[in-house]
Amino acid sequence: MDLNTVTEVAHPTTREELPIWMAGDAWLAGGTWLFSEPQVHLTRLIDLADLKWPALTVGPTHLTIAATCTVAQLDGHPCPSDWIASPLINQCCRAFLASFKIWKTATVGGNICMSLPAGPMIALTAALDGGCTIWKTDGSEQRVHVADFVTGNQQNVLAPGDLLRQIDIPIAALRRRSAFRQISLTPVGRSAALLIGSVDHQGGFALTVTGSTVRPIQFSFPEMPSADELRDSILQRIPDELYHTDLHGKPAWRKHMTLRLAEEIRAELAGTR
Amino acid sequence: MSYQINGKEFSQTPHAGQCLRTFLRQLGHFGVKKGCDAGDCGACTVLLDGEPVHSCLIPAFRAEGHAVTTIEGLAPEGGAHPMQQAFLDAQAFQCGFCTAGMILTCASLNQAQRQDLGAALKGNICRCTGYRAIEDALHNRNNIEDAAAGSAFGRSLPAPAGPAVVRGAARYTFDVAIEGMLHIKMLRSPYPHAKIVSIDKSAALALAGVHAVLTHEDVPDRLFSTARHEVADMDPDDTRILDTVVRFIGQKVAVVVAESEAIAEEGCRRLKVDYGILPAVFDPAQAIAPGAPAIHSDKTSEHRVANAERNIVAETHGEFGDVAAALAKAAVTYQGKFTTQRVQHAALETHGGVAWVDPNGCLNLRSSTQTPFLTRRALADIFNLAPDKVRVFCERVGGGFGGKQEMLVEDILALAALKTGRPVKLELTREEQFISTSTRHPMRVTVTAGADEAGNLTALQLEVLSNTGAYGNHAGPVLFHACDESISVYNCPNKKVDAVAAYTNTVPAGAFRGYGLPQTIFAVEAAIDELAKGLGISPYQFRRRNIIKKGDPMLSPPGSEHSDVLYGSYGLDQCLDLVERAMQADAPKIELSEDWLTGEGIALTMIDTVPPDGHIADARISLRDDGGFELVVGTVEFGNGTSTVHRQIAATALATTVDQIRLLQSDTAHGGHDTGAYGSTGTFVAGRATQAAAEHLADDIKVFASTATRTNPDICVLENDSVVCGKQHLSFAQLAKAARAQGRTLTANGTSAGTPRSVAFNVQGFRVAVNKATGEIKILKSVHAADAGRVANPMQCRGQVEGGVAQSLGATLYEEMVIDDSGRVMNPKFRDYHLPSFADIPRTEVYFADTTDSIGPMGAKSMSESPYNPVAAALGNALADATGIRFTAVPFKPDRLFPLLHEKFGKT
Repeated sequence: MDLNTVTEVAHPTTREELPIWMAGDAWLAGGTWLFSEPQVHLTRLIDLADLKWPALTVGPTHLTIAATCTVAQLDGHPCPSDWIASPLINQCCRAFLASFKIWKTATVGGNICMSLPAGPMIALTAALDGGCTIWKTDGSEQRVHVADFVTGNQQNVLAPGDLLRQIDIPIAALRRRSAFRQISLTPVGRSAALLIGSVDHQGGFALTVTGSTVRPIQFSFPEMPSADELRDSILQRIPDELYHTDLHGKPAWRKHMTLRLAEEIRAELAGTR
Repeated sequence: MSYQINGKEFSQTPHAGQCLRTFLRQLGHFGVKKGCDAGDCGACTVLLDGEPVHSCLIPAFRAEGHAVTTIEGLAPEGGAHPMQQAFLDAQAFQCGFCTAGMILTCASLNQAQRQDLGAALKGNICRCTGYRAIEDALHNRNNIEDAAAGSAFGRSLPAPAGPAVVRGAARYTFDVAIEGMLHIKMLRSPYPHAKIVSIDKSAALALAGVHAVLTHEDVPDRLFSTARHEVADMDPDDTRILDTVVRFIGQKVAVVVAESEAIAEEGCRRLKVDYGILPAVFDPAQAIAPGAPAIHSDKTSEHRVANAERNIVAETHGEFGDVAAALAKAAVTYQGKFTTQRVQHAALETHGGVAWVDPNGCLNLRSSTQTPFLTRRALADIFNLAPDKVRVFCERVGGGFGGKQEMLVEDILALAALKTGRPVKLELTREEQFISTSTRHPMRVTVTAGADEAGNLTALQLEVLSNTGAYGNHAGPVLFHACDESISVYNCPNKKVDAVAAYTNTVPAGAFRGYGLPQTIFAVEAAIDELAKGLGISPYQFRRRNIIKKGDPMLSPPGSEHSDVLYGSYGLDQCLDLVERAMQADAPKIELSEDWLTGEGIALTMIDTVPPDGHIADARISLRDDGGFELVVGTVEFGNGTSTVHRQIAATALATTVDQIRLLQSDTAHGGHDTGAYGSTGTFVAGRATQAAAEHLADDIKVFASTATRTNPDICVLENDSVVCGKQHLSFAQLAKAARAQGRTLTANGTSAGTPRSVAFNVQGFRVAVNKATGEIKILKSVHAADAGRVANPMQCRGQVEGGVAQSLGATLYEEMVIDDSGRVMNPKFRDYHLPSFADIPRTEVYFADTTDSIGPMGAKSMSESPYNPVAAALGNALADATGIRFTAVPFKPDRLFPLLHEKFGKT
């Protein structure tokens, strides 16, 4: 929709050109959320497109995803065959409430910065041990794990003027075996619980719970836990108040679905299912 | 800046925060529609460098240097893209408002996406079709027939607007550009109940570009109802254009008229309103309890409010026989409390319109309405204008579903046009649709029923509490309808009704497809199933034993001495047989894990084919000089398909083909009267008027021809676009010429008064699987049988049935407007109010009973609302069959079903 209070769009091409952050500013990445709701507090958009950050860079140890990388670019990335966790990318893209048409515009960074419990790029990058690089207004940089970046429903560590620059995924994480489970109140709807599990080469099991909880909750076990161990661990680590409540799922149901999907993942990766 | 749109260069510069959607429309590309303006519905889809995007989410400046293709540019001028042709061949649209975005999306799908349409099309909402016809288009199926002269009725002919719809050229309400047009925005109440102490307009008026700020001081001191009915006294006079008291969050407080929407919005933000907050009540049971704040304390029975002190706007009570005694003697009884939620019509075209005063001093209103004539009447009355000084009309309307059987925006448009003397436009946002227009009436229904050992229904009782919200539009008629056909379809000597409609400080409820019946049928049909189960009789057999048969009185208390409802035809027995047979047919086995429980359920509905107390339609048809005909009707086309059917009726009566019938419709300037396109009357009532007009003209043609040929009119017959009188043969064109030579135009009128009325029937069957560990539901089979009389257009009628089932599945499984403790609608957007998308809707097998109605036009009956009515009930019965649990509240969302499933089936 038209953002009628916006009177200016800045188009910086380098970090040095980023304007001094003021009340009424908003970063414009894809804009798919920004333009989807009235934003009467905004007067200026700072367009990140002209920074021309390379969308995806494969380095020796990490896959670097620019915050402005679109969901479609990530989904279309040709992954080497030993990245056996790469099916998670498409699974998480499909977990978007929005269709493929939005994926062309929406960005990975935008989804993470929205910090909705159901944000599938949060689930994906958190499960793959992603680390965020944040550009601070004073010119410094801050690094924080994706799972710690999101602190609550639509809450994160960003201070006003902070800019998420990129997410670095360890290649080692992409080489893990993985399992994905998601449930929604409707067949292709918003995730009420989205869980990702993985097993590393030492046999360690990791589980990332998103969607059902207000922020990502991660579990790691040096070896595959039993069903009871996993269940107890979840019951202990996720108190009832951490389960998200909104129109997309009641918290008690989300809790049961979390336990159920976690066990399905465990069983799949343990090879008992 | 330079933009390339459909291959043409444009050098305009968009506003800083402007989205591509409005920029494209500003440049005249009206095929780009607004359904939600939030990226959820896909109606604004365009191609950006060949890739589909939602133009409402794209900053306009980002399209610079990229190729934009709108629906208008998908095919070369005059041609059709294969996907446009496929949509035409399959007739994959009803109102057509979503069609441009749907075609652009479908045209860009790759093979993999075509294999997974549920995912591929989740960003495109169609509120009308139920998606089956869209799937047909993607599979290049052809659903249309043709018809020789005089044989159009009963054939699956395509909608006349089809070519324009698929090209994006069909003009909907807002698809006009008028020089000098001003824009309207409204300030809305943030409080659920408050007195307006003062409004300071000065800061708004000081804003450059603001032309007027209108408040309660500027409106006629008149009370009315937004509900439109032929007889105005069916609804309470409880509404002012702008009131001094606001009664729900979202109610309009003041109107700003400005040179742009942006300025009007800023003007609204600059208004300073001093509110005196009043106590509010949101729950209907609390609202009618002693001590609750009276929401319309200034209204009396003179305003047709039943009991203002107790917030009761309407009520009905009555009993036949002795229900208590019958229950005491019954072999089996059932009582249950059922709850239906607040749902929204969600027509993709929002309410709104354009108004201007023409040089002759006539107020013109182009509106998104189902009732142009009744709206004209109300505006003339409220503004004290001569009826011929008000014109209300519409072209194509983007969906209605009852939501546009109200005057919600036209009063504001008229006020602004009259005050400013300028053309004005008001286009509601999707959020405004949710918080300020109308919804279905949420109802709490307690049903009590009993039967004897032989399986005869002996007692049937309804207690209903309906929540009409802050205003009483449709409160009474919906309540009465809810308690009528839902129980009069059963023979039962003892029946009782106690029903109340309550005011609350919430967004008003209004007319909605089904008009109260879906809410009560959800309860009644559950009780019928429970009795059958208690007696060990099949639900089909128990219904067969107890439903009314042709000739039986159709009774519901308190009843009235006079009824004009007759058995013009009767096909309920056939509908039950058709559904039972289809449900028993062999189906491919579906592999499901042991978590899934399966079950079947049915429900039936009866509906009077016309609303009570008057529904009038006029039609006029004239022979044109070229031998074709011009047919003028008042009824509105919003996807109901009546434009197709009227041409079929006229062409059949006049022995011609539909392409010879030029249809003019839904414009008060054409003269005559039409109560409106509601209550499924577009065919049954208006079609009858068209039939009468066409048959009168046929008679006139015969008489004229007999004079010209000096033969007896009795031997003249119409065939093949001509009249044959013995051995003489005159084409219609020759006839027109001969008439013209005598200074005559052959023309005839027809009227239908909507009485007597007939009855139509529907039966829905489902087989479902329910996951006992998650609460998820899969619909394995959906079967619907409809008694629509002689079906005027099987393809279209099937579409109405499928669309009704789909819309009702939305209300059964997903849709719910949630109102928080402060009276605020929590989910006024599609991403939080889930409308069924392609993935959510099964294919429904549709069957028609073989009947011919003696009252309806050429044997046809109504079939728009009623397919909606039995869906929730049938699904609830299937759920009960699968799980052994009677779920009594819709929507059946997994998280709602889960607690009872968990309690019964234990650990996950």
